[in-house]
Amino acid sequence: MSESKPADSAKPPDGPPPPSRERVRQARRRWLRTILLTGGVMGAALSGFLPLVYARTKRLRPPGALDEKDFLSSCIKCGQCVQVCPVQAIKLADLVDGVGVGTPYIDAREQACDFSCDAVQCILACPTGSLAYKKPAFLGSRKGAKLAAAPILKAKEKDAEPTLNLSERIGVARLTRPEACLAIQGKGFKGQVRGPSFKGRLRYMEVDRWKPIGVAEHPYDLAECDLCVRECPVKGAISIETVFAPDGSKRKSPVVHEPCVGCGVCEMICPVEPTCIVVDAREVWNT
Amino acid sequence: MNPFLKRRFFDQIAVMFGREPKKPAAISEPAQQIHVLKRATNKEKLQAATLAHERSKKVHKWRNRRWAVLIVANLMFTFSFWLDIQILEGALTASRFVGFHLIDLNSALQVMLAHKHIIVNLVIGTATVFVLWLILGGRSFCSWVCPYHLVAEWAEKIHLYLVQKKLVTDQNIDRRLRTLSWIVFAMLALATGYTMFESISPTGILSRALIYGPGLALLWVLALLVFEVFFSRRAWCRYACPIGLTYGVVGILSPVRVKYRLDSCFHEGDCRKVCLVPHVLDTVIKGRAVDTEVPIGPDCTRCGLCVDTCPTGSLTFDVKGLSKLL
Repeated sequence: MSESKPADSAKPPDGPPPPSRERVRQARRRWLRTILLTGGVMGAALSGFLPLVYARTKRLRPPGALDEKDFLSSCIKCGQCVQVCPVQAIKLADLVDGVGVGTPYIDAREQACDFSCDAVQCILACPTGSLAYKKPAFLGSRKGAKLAAAPILKAKEKDAEPTLNLSERIGVARLTRPEACLAIQGKGFKGQVRGPSFKGRLRYMEVDRWKPIGVAEHPYDLAECDLCVRECPVKGAISIETVFAPDGSKRKSPVVHEPCVGCGVCEMICPVEPTCIVVDAREVWNT
Repeated sequence: MNPFLKRRFFDQIAVMFGREPKKPAAISEPAQQIHVLKRATNKEKLQAATLAHERSKKVHKWRNRRWAVLIVANLMFTFSFWLDIQILEGALTASRFVGFHLIDLNSALQVMLAHKHIIVNLVIGTATVFVLWLILGGRSFCSWVCPYHLVAEWAEKIHLYLVQKKLVTDQNIDRRLRTLSWIVFAMLALATGYTMFESISPTGILSRALIYGPGLALLWVLALLVFEVFFSRRAWCRYACPIGLTYGVVGILSPVRVKYRLDSCFHEGDCRKVCLVPHVLDTVIKGRAVDTEVPIGPDCTRCGLCVDTCPTGSLTFDVKGLSKLL
């Protein structure tokens, strides 16, 4: 730390003496250092824009997330949403996300949000309204982002209040590789989805409503694969339909419907590697 | 408050924003008398001072307490999550203490400026933390809670060792930079809509790393520490961190501070050598104290290093009004 300036009591009557050459040099160096630190700090801060410019990673945000720009402005990066999630679906982004460092996202293939908390706890935990049950009016809503009706949670179907407190979707599921889809090929599935080492968890109502278990602990034996439909937590979001193939022949295929909220369970549960169905983050419903 | 201390009170606010401390314009009568008496050097007293000075090096009472508080506070976050005991959920930027919202003032400010929409929980958390640090001493957040402060203290030890070995020298930087960085980051948040400071705040990065596991963002913290070890002592906390300024402003009215007693001081300046913000201790320089008892200004982090170091007990923790009450 700099010592204080020389005593100004020694000031001659006709103004201060001209500073010595050494003092001028020191002052100049100090300025250079100050500029260096300023540049370093500002450079680091502004480099946070780079990932935004390139926009390589389109993160799937937790349910109730505001639109990306508003989400990044309002998120205080505290991770309270991470802490309350019963399946630990939410992770915090790292340095590569630039200004998004410390913001929550969901890697659906690894661990999707299965709404096993029923109340959308992450929204409840958010202290700044980055995750919101209902967006404030002034923010507006992208066309097709709003859900036509409150989604009905299959697990809560028999409850007095079967719906999920969620007004906007976080993405939309899309069949990306129909050629590999087991349902389309008419194939079944037997065994552990995603193998024995898969860490992802899911709420199985028939096992325990309040305790999600590992997907690996819940092997299947299906004559015809319908895992994405079977495990989808939202009623009417996806179904197996009979569709016409390009050659005119009839076949079965998973079809995504409007109630899809983009939770990503279908993406996690798809037994094919790589997955046939993915959630397009921040996608809206286009009819 | 007498007029001398009142002038100093405002002077110290200017010093916090980056002005260099100046010689006082006026000194109270009793303080002047002491200054005059002190000019008559007393050899015996000096010897006693040297002896006390030697002994004092071993005292780490306040530092140890502070480190314990800092580590416990940060581990409370960590274990609340790991053990799922839900005492202190969240990170330093925003959390809930047994359900009650706490939000870091600077983070809250950044979010409010960037998002331009303030929800009730944000107001509650910010107000709670404001009152908390108003009572506890403003920048005491820095030294008693901020995890970067602790690692920077350790880095400072390395820096001082290297300085002693004459391998590096402390390159000081203009303190007005911190005020500038506060303004720039506030403007950036307002203009871009991104909480730019939050993405580089070592406090937030370290706090999250302790709770949610380490990440690449720690490289930035490491870069800062390297800068501090080899180039400029405690550069981030001294010259750059806007959080410190935010809490400093809160501390202007805080009753908790370090108090300086002129009559017992030997002016050896040990306190200034250990201090993170030595400009607040300009009053201990011979002939500078404006009164017989001078409270240390708002930029003081209340870390207590000077209290530990002072061989004569001239610097003590003080709660304004409490001593009168007792």
